[in-house]
Formats: sequence, structure tokens, C-alpha cells
Amino acid sequence: MTASSPALRRWRFRKPSVIPGFGLTLGFSRALQLSFGASLAAAAVNVVFGTIVAWVLVRYRFPGRRIVDAMVDLPFALPTAVAGIALTTLYAPKGWIGGLLAPLGIKVAYTPLGIVIALVFIGLPFVVRTVGPVMEEIDMEVEEAAATLGASRLQTLRHVVFPMLAPAILTGFALAFARAVGEYGSVIFIAGNLPMKTEIAPLLIVIKLEEYNYEGATAIAAMMLVLSFAMLLVINLLQSWSRRRYG
Amino acid sequence: MSITRRSVLISSILAATAQFGGLGLAFADTTLISVSYDPTRELYKAFNEAFIKHWKDTTGETVTIQQSHGGSGAQARAVIDGLDADVVTLALESDINAIAERTGKIKPDWRSRLPNNSAPYTSTIVFLVRKGNPKEIKDWGDLVKEGVEVITPNPKTSGGARWNYLAAWNWANTQFGGDEGKIKEFIGQLYAHVPVLDTGARGSTLTFAQKDLGDVLLAWENEAYLVLDEFGADNFDIVAPPTSILAEPPVAVVDGNVDAKGTRKVAEAYLEYLYSAEGQTLIAKNHYRPAKPELVPAQDLPKLPDIKLVTIDDPIFGGWKKAQPYHFGDGGIFDQVYQAQ
Repeated sequence: MTASSPALRRWRFRKPSVIPGFGLTLGFSRALQLSFGASLAAAAVNVVFGTIVAWVLVRYRFPGRRIVDAMVDLPFALPTAVAGIALTTLYAPKGWIGGLLAPLGIKVAYTPLGIVIALVFIGLPFVVRTVGPVMEEIDMEVEEAAATLGASRLQTLRHVVFPMLAPAILTGFALAFARAVGEYGSVIFIAGNLPMKTEIAPLLIVIKLEEYNYEGATAIAAMMLVLSFAMLLVINLLQSWSRRRYG
Repeated sequence: MSITRRSVLISSILAATAQFGGLGLAFADTTLISVSYDPTRELYKAFNEAFIKHWKDTTGETVTIQQSHGGSGAQARAVIDGLDADVVTLALESDINAIAERTGKIKPDWRSRLPNNSAPYTSTIVFLVRKGNPKEIKDWGDLVKEGVEVITPNPKTSGGARWNYLAAWNWANTQFGGDEGKIKEFIGQLYAHVPVLDTGARGSTLTFAQKDLGDVLLAWENEAYLVLDEFGADNFDIVAPPTSILAEPPVAVVDGNVDAKGTRKVAEAYLEYLYSAEGQTLIAKNHYRPAKPELVPAQDLPKLPDIKLVTIDDPIFGGWKKAQPYHFGDGGIFDQVYQAQ
């Protein structure tokens, strides 16, 4: 029944019948794909913009810097359900931001894009707070030395600053990613929860519990645990490799 | 420094212990834990006050009621996992059956112990539309018209959503003369008109009323009237479809817990009081359909529309035990409808 679906062909780590009774249906792998894909995308966005935010906060002094600095931590403090409801209200087709995007044909709420936005929101402080302190440790003199030796700004960034930041950026990436994979509260409101389209893996766990199917819920949870662990292990290996190389 | 800190810690622990001790004393009177589902908050807030007063007047005893609300399935799981509820008042018979089967704390004959299949109130599913009904939605068939967006929660996670689905199925069954292929096709079209499946009935209500999304909300009748009260009757209209489903949210005493705690007498009285004139009047005032309308004073009996109602025990569904896995189980019809898309 499910073998002909293109979604399964793209994601063939397990066929539904391999673990009988565990309810490893097509929806399950689609949801896993969505959960891990959206989490990776969100963590990637956070690495870029989180590093930029950290850079601005560490290197520049401007009025309101303390307020921006405090705002970075907001996603830590805000209950995730509140964040989810607020984001959905903003990005719904008739919300403040969603209303501006709707005429352009861009739908955010109730699409995978909405899921990524919610995950970006909750993950940003992880990158800023891991990269920031390392950035503060970097001596301006090192960059000045590079400049006197004839390095361009881009070369300085690439060969001097980035190698020092790389391990912290990887840690921030791993933290933001790990948080995003398991996130439920903020995503559930903006996701739309349409089966096979915008259903995240943690929602499937809730659905299995709703059916009193504890084994099914455990199977999905175990699968997520294994996948998360494997990915974090890879990130950790990369980190130690980059420390040896640059550190 | 460290000594001070430690002594502060110890004294605060002592203070906390003393406080909890005090709490224990304050609760020396009977405490009833009542576990209910989401949209009954307003009803049980009023009912609990009435029952506490009634119990004091008739027995002289003070009873305290700890009321808890949440998704019907999640509440049932909490009881299964050990929450020592005295009474459960849930959205679906199958949720109480789950407690009975998995823990044995509720006797299998629970449904026959109180009148009307242990359902002191019933409700049905109606349409809530924008003021003036601009899309002219009058019957279930209108939901799949071009350009109509339907708001309903996810039947996998919401008890209310299952009633919505079954009511639509019932209409299609009559419409297509029981041709299951055509009924499934209609259900598929219906869910293709749903832009978002919230996890609970209250979430869908907010999506429709507050976020202004969709043309029609499939809602509990009592929830639809609540929206009129909360968000203003000049923004929405209630449309009663010619046919719908009779939802019978059941109540039961959790035998295992009340016998262990010695609260059986008050727990049984609590549920029986739901069937009294006062209980039925409160039920009517909260826009549910009372099981015994003859007990309710005429001015408190709302003019609810006449709808042809079918029950879950009708042969087309065959009761919850059959309908639950067939429609909503893993690989059931709801799953098939989405996999076909």
C-alpha cells in the first residue's frame, strides 16, 4: 500500500512491515523527515543570524544594547505555548505579518515554513549565548596584527576569526538542533498538523498515546532518540576535529 | 557565610513542611477529585458550587472539590497512570472504557448504573458561520463547495473532532445510500477543505473566532453558544444542519479509588446530583441538552434547534468499540483518507 509513495522512496530507512505492530506507517517517516529537516534548517538559520547578533552585541556599543541583549533570552523564559500562539497570531493569513505576506502568495502559518520559523525563534538564544562569550575572548590585537600583515577584512574573518569561533558555533548548532527536534509546545500551534503534510514527530507520539498505544509511542520516541543521538555524535566528532585543527 | 546559608535552607525546608502539614489538616474534610474534559469548565465551576452547598445543607459535611480539565484522552490516561480521581466526566465512552479495561478501577457495568446511559447531558455538532452566512452553508454537503474553508480539530487527538467526523459520515451515509466508496470520497473532500487541524476543540474555536480563519467551524453546540457569548453575537451565526449526531458525554464513579479512600457515598451523590432539578437547570443554562428537560423550569430551557440526531450505537457506527478503531485507529479510514491525497 505504501511502497509506491514517493515520500517513502526518498526516506527508506525502514519499511512499515519491518517492526510489526509498532505502527511504523508512512506518516511516521514523513513526520520524522519533517521534524529533522525543519530542525536542521532552523539550526542553520540560527547559526548565521545568531552569530551576527552575538557579533553586534559583543563588538558594538549602541543605545538600547542592554535591552536587545535581554531580548535574546526571551525564548528561554517565554512558555513555549505562549510563543507558539503569539507566532501563529502574527503569521496567520489575517495576522500582522501574515497579512502582509498573503498578497505575495506566501503562506507561513500552517505550512512547514511556519514550523521552521517557530524553531528559529526558540533556538536563537542557544547560538548567541554559546558564541558570544567566546567572541569576547578574542583579542582585537589579533585582527589588527592580521591587518598589518596585509590581510583583507574577508581573509581576517576567514583565517583568523572563524577558526576561533568554529567550535562554539558547532556547539550552538547542536544545542539549537537538539532543542528543535523535541519541541512540541510552540510548534503545535503554527504547524497546522495536517497528516502527511505538517505533522511533526512529537505530535505522532501524542497521537499514539491518545490511542493508548504505548508501544507505538515508545517506538517513535526510541527512533527519534537514536537519530538525535547519532546526529549529535557526529556534531561532537566534528567539534573535536575542529578543535584539534584550529584550537 | 556557608553556615548562614545552610541554616536558611534548613529553616525554609522546615517552614515548607509545616505548611504542608497545615494543608493536610485543612483538608481533613472530604475531598473529591473530579476529572473532566475541556469545554466543561464553565459548567462544572457552577455545578461544583451548587453541589458543595447542597451537601452541606443535607448532611452538614463540608466537601472540597478539586476539579481538573484537559483533553478527554489525556485525562483518561492520567487516571490510568494513577491519578486518584473519584469521579470522571469525559467526552467519550471509549475513554471511560479505557480506564475500566486497563486498570479495572471502574466496573464494566458502569454505563447502566446511572440514567440515560450515564450521560446526564447530551450535545450535538452544529455549524458556526460568519455573520449573515455569506457562503450559504446550510447542510453538510455545502462544506465541500468551492472556496469554503472548514475549521475542525484533529480526530486523532480531539474527542470533539471525532463527533464532527461521525456527523459528516452520517450525512454522507444517507446521501449516498450507504455506498462506502462515495462516503469516503466525501470525507476526503471535506478534510481537503480543512486548512489546519488543531489538537483540541478549544484550539479550533480560537482559530476560527480569534484568528479569523475559515468560513465555518464544526463545533459542539454548547461551545458555539459560548463563542456567541464571548466574542459577540453580532459576528457569528449558528447554523443547525438538518441532521447531526447525538454526543453523550458519560460520567462514572472510579470504584477502585472511592473504595480505597472511603468517598463512595459523596462521589455517587455528586453524579446523582447532576440528574437533579438544580443540576439539570445548570446544564441547560450552559447550553447542553439536559437528559431530563422536564425538571428544568421553562424559562431556563433554551430554545435549541430541532435536529434529527443519530447516536453512536446506530448500526452505521455500531458503538464506540467498533467505530473507534475502524475510523480513527492506526490505518483506519481517517488515515486512509489522508494517505490517498
